[in-house]
Amino acid sequence: MISTDLNIILPETVLAVYAMLALVGAVYTGKDKLAPALVWATSGLFLALAFWIGTTGEGTRIAFGGMFVDDGFARFAKVVILLSAAAVLVMSEAYMERRGILRFEYPLLIALSAVGMMMMVSAGDLMALYMGLELQSLALYVVASLRRDSAKSTEAGLKYFVLGALSSGLLLYGASLTYGYAGTTLFSGIIQTATEGQMSIGLLIGLVLLISGLAFKVSAVPFHMWTPDVYEGSPTPVTAFFATAPKVAAMGLFARVMHDAFGNATADWGQVVALLSLLSMFLGAVAAIGQRDIKRLMAYSSIAHMGYALMGLASGTLLGVQAMLIYMAIYVTMNVGTFAFILSMSRDGQPVTDIRALGMYSRREPGKALAMLVLLFSLAGVPPLVGFFGKFYVLRAAYEAGLAWLAIAGVVASVIGAFYYLRIVFYMYFGEEREDRLDAGRSPVLWGFLMGSALIMVVGVVNLFGIEGAAQAAAATLVN
Amino acid sequence: MESIILFAPLVGALIAGFGWRWITIRGAQWITTGLLFVACAFSWIVFLTHGPETETINILRWIESGTLSTEWSIRLDRLTSIMLIVVTTVSALVHLYSFGYMAHDDNFREGEEAYKARFFAYLSFFTFAMLMLVTSDNLVQMFFGWEGVGVASYLLIGFYYRKPSANAAAIKAFVVNRVGDFGFALGIFALYFLVDSVRFDDIFAAAPQLAETRITFLWTDWNAAEICAFLLFVGAMGKSAQLFLHTWLPDAMEGPTPVSALIHAATMVTAGVFLVCRMSPLMEYAPSAMAFVTFLGASTAFFAATVGLVQNDIKRVIAYSTCSQLGYMFVAAGVGVYSVAMFHLFTHAFFKAMLFLGAGSVIHGMHHEQDMRNYGGLRTKLPMTFWAMMIGTLAITGVGIPLTTIGFAGFLSKDAVIESAYAGTAGGYAFWMLVVAALFTSFYSWRLMFLTFFGKPRGDKHTHEHAHESPRVMLIPLGVLSVGAVFAGMIWYNSFFGHTDQVAKFFGVPYHAEESHSAADAGHGEATADAHGQPAADTHAAAPADHGEAKAEGDAKPHYVFTGAPGEGAIHAAPGNDVLNEAHYVPKWVKVSPFIAMILGLVVAYWFYIVNPALPKQLAENQRPLYLFLLNKWYFDEIYDFLFVRSAKALGRILWKGGDEAIIKGFFINGLTMGVVPFFTRLAGRAQSGYIFTYAFAMVIGIAIFITWMTISGGAQ
Repeated sequence: MISTDLNIILPETVLAVYAMLALVGAVYTGKDKLAPALVWATSGLFLALAFWIGTTGEGTRIAFGGMFVDDGFARFAKVVILLSAAAVLVMSEAYMERRGILRFEYPLLIALSAVGMMMMVSAGDLMALYMGLELQSLALYVVASLRRDSAKSTEAGLKYFVLGALSSGLLLYGASLTYGYAGTTLFSGIIQTATEGQMSIGLLIGLVLLISGLAFKVSAVPFHMWTPDVYEGSPTPVTAFFATAPKVAAMGLFARVMHDAFGNATADWGQVVALLSLLSMFLGAVAAIGQRDIKRLMAYSSIAHMGYALMGLASGTLLGVQAMLIYMAIYVTMNVGTFAFILSMSRDGQPVTDIRALGMYSRREPGKALAMLVLLFSLAGVPPLVGFFGKFYVLRAAYEAGLAWLAIAGVVASVIGAFYYLRIVFYMYFGEEREDRLDAGRSPVLWGFLMGSALIMVVGVVNLFGIEGAAQAAAATLVN
Repeated sequence: MESIILFAPLVGALIAGFGWRWITIRGAQWITTGLLFVACAFSWIVFLTHGPETETINILRWIESGTLSTEWSIRLDRLTSIMLIVVTTVSALVHLYSFGYMAHDDNFREGEEAYKARFFAYLSFFTFAMLMLVTSDNLVQMFFGWEGVGVASYLLIGFYYRKPSANAAAIKAFVVNRVGDFGFALGIFALYFLVDSVRFDDIFAAAPQLAETRITFLWTDWNAAEICAFLLFVGAMGKSAQLFLHTWLPDAMEGPTPVSALIHAATMVTAGVFLVCRMSPLMEYAPSAMAFVTFLGASTAFFAATVGLVQNDIKRVIAYSTCSQLGYMFVAAGVGVYSVAMFHLFTHAFFKAMLFLGAGSVIHGMHHEQDMRNYGGLRTKLPMTFWAMMIGTLAITGVGIPLTTIGFAGFLSKDAVIESAYAGTAGGYAFWMLVVAALFTSFYSWRLMFLTFFGKPRGDKHTHEHAHESPRVMLIPLGVLSVGAVFAGMIWYNSFFGHTDQVAKFFGVPYHAEESHSAADAGHGEATADAHGQPAADTHAAAPADHGEAKAEGDAKPHYVFTGAPGEGAIHAAPGNDVLNEAHYVPKWVKVSPFIAMILGLVVAYWFYIVNPALPKQLAENQRPLYLFLLNKWYFDEIYDFLFVRSAKALGRILWKGGDEAIIKGFFINGLTMGVVPFFTRLAGRAQSGYIFTYAFAMVIGIAIFITWMTISGGAQ
């Protein structure tokens, strides 16, 4: 029995063992000198695991008495998580090395947090859920304050940690209430008790507290307040990481808990999620308008995007989960490209985050400016770029689930949100050229990710690289 | 081979339009022209070798949606092959001609030579769209070509984009054509709604049933065939510049002259006639719609001819002449003799393209002077052009030997139209309108010749001294077209307007002989008598004294009639449609009438412009209201401006001032976007205090609200 279980969690085990062995190994050998090699090794391992999971897994397998579930949904989320984590790791190497913050712990912490994320999306039990969540979060608290000599970075780490602890507390409280009223921590057991209109008040409060804890992780309004500060304070590669893989993991976990444990009470949690979605979309759109710092701007942007992804979840249907998965995959791809661009923004070797510094950028770097334009238009959801299709799917899912008002609100919010994306384009193409120009970033890695991502936004229009079918198959294993 | 004909112009257009930087402007010109000549040669081969049978060549599946299944295919029958040679021949010659005509253009500055490549690309693109139109085997494909030629026409009319008048003319052409296209589109919708298919074969097969179907449209009950035919004809009216939708054609002369020759004389404007002939199986079951076609065609022929009498711009005279000749074609189609409509289309393409190219040659030689009042005595300066124009004028005015089949192309085809009109309407409105129009045609055509080539030079002396004959590339097309203008009528007379069996063979329509010739003839005579209250004997008496040919064979030849189901063969004649046959037995005075009209017009023109050149001015002053009425084209532009343009502008102003400025800018932009959103942005910014306790407080408040809401609404137990 145990060997079957171990076999199922083999990818997670491999990654965890690798992280711990490398940690010990590096401490006793080259320490930070090994960091670049470790970055490449870790991202290589991520890629290999993504390939392994993506090609070999089939069917639904349950391990450890239902605590760990390996199904299509989990595999889809894991592949997206691993690929985006690998991409962000590779992008950050040169940036961190140049600024002397490339420590050997960094790739290994990312690897550990990836283990946590894989655990999250496969959780079949409240205990497993919490374990994965904390493993992920603890690693992230540390990387947020990776730049130890910077007040902003340590402040970011601390804020994230304190608020994260509060949210963990809420989550645990919700989990214990749920356990108390359902009598089990297994999702498959909770779903028997939690039925539409039959929920006890304790279970209901437990549900709300669980949602609150998860909403913190996806930074949905009103649990989003940490996001701009942490995004701004953390080193940019870490921000890029925050904006990608953990968001996918948290959304995956959100969907998993809602459908696996509370799948018989969609109307109950659906309305809460819909409200979260509505608030996130509007706050993300409105608050970003005031931002001149591109990292804070991307923080609000990610809040707004989480609002759209939650819209898919709020519809509580198969199409909704499919739309959410497609949306997340597209969102991650766009963010990788955008952060590749942000990482390349520097002047005299110092990172620059003020968007006004981009004045007439198109004149000096027409290719990069065009790629960024494509990405920003895609983020804003302008047809016919791929970003539009992400929005289109969630809007359709919401509309078909009878949430037409939410879909309309989403369209209005996206119009407001388009403003700040277009303003960056405005600066790049029509803005004022300033004396202190940005350096001509010549990193082939960043350039490659920027161009690749922009190209995907254009070429993907043809068939979205077949992600529709994959997402549908994945969603089908979650929603019955 | 058919695919090469169709796609060679497209390839040329793409290469010239996008690739001229690599192959040079000269190369772009040669490639487009070369490909067009290839297409032209293949078209002639197809026309001469392909029999009358209908053949469908599939190219690709285009639109598949529900029951709508549209293929992209070539429907090759006699109608198509006639159009193929017309389009490719004129287009190839116009390409060649444009080498000379577009060589230097004052509308473009130094270093803007790329306009030449663009011009040739547009011409080739137009040709492709036109071929698309004429080869289509369903209405959607036809509509694609229809709109394609519209776009090309728009681009070419507005080719001199620095001239405001050219832009205005391009927009006018586009907008007026939209009105017609709206009708055409409605017709397609109606047919698809009724037949559940847009393929010609299905529609033709369903035509007899359509005639017995009723359909509600605009809250009124209509006969389905009538309304469909009428709507399709509205499309044809727009494209072929028939009365009420004709206003764009004279203005379209703002485009370069080769464009006028290709698009606004020989090919695109005849698309409407082609449409009516192509849809003949449907049209045959819509007698009221056909009566309307006849009426409108005759009215247009008359109206345009009157306006042409007093115009001074050489191109405008020819433009109104085109408009008028299109009216002739519609009359022929309207009385049910589609072969004659195609005959006139065919010959008209040659002589009208030649007149335009000749006019272009004059304009070119006279340094872009277009006012005929400033010409005069040019026959010595431009001898070749003069002779070409002379042949064109002889052809359009219809010079030939009466009662025989010897004459210029226009003589044969125009007389065929007029005879058909007499037979089809029993000497009614259409016939008289056409005869009067023939008189006017002769007058304004000769007026053009006399003003341009005879008399003393008028206008700027300097221009006259430098007037020069055009280069050879411009004269060769004139020569080729003059061959067509002289012989096209005589060669194909029997194919288009011979006896029923000859026409039926040419168009691939089944036919058979009436059992008893005399009985049939008698019955036919009585029918005429009953219907039109004429003595039957008249018709009988006229019958034997016919064309030479007919007389000889008249008794020996049995009386043939078209048979066959709708859709068999290129054109269709419903049972009982015997106008083609009757047209050969019209009274002699009818046959001679266009000739007399032509002579009268010539004599008057000679008297006015050679013998007594002061007379026209006097007449214009004596009859001032009439002169102004004609000079201002019956005030159509002014009426339309008052009725449509101004009201559209007023509506636009309301939407602009009230909708855009007040509501969108005032309320949404200045109010919501500039007021409300920034307020919330500031609010959100202030909430982001940077203090952990604020953040935690927000989370707790959020949870409190969610729990309260859930316990109230969640239906907890």
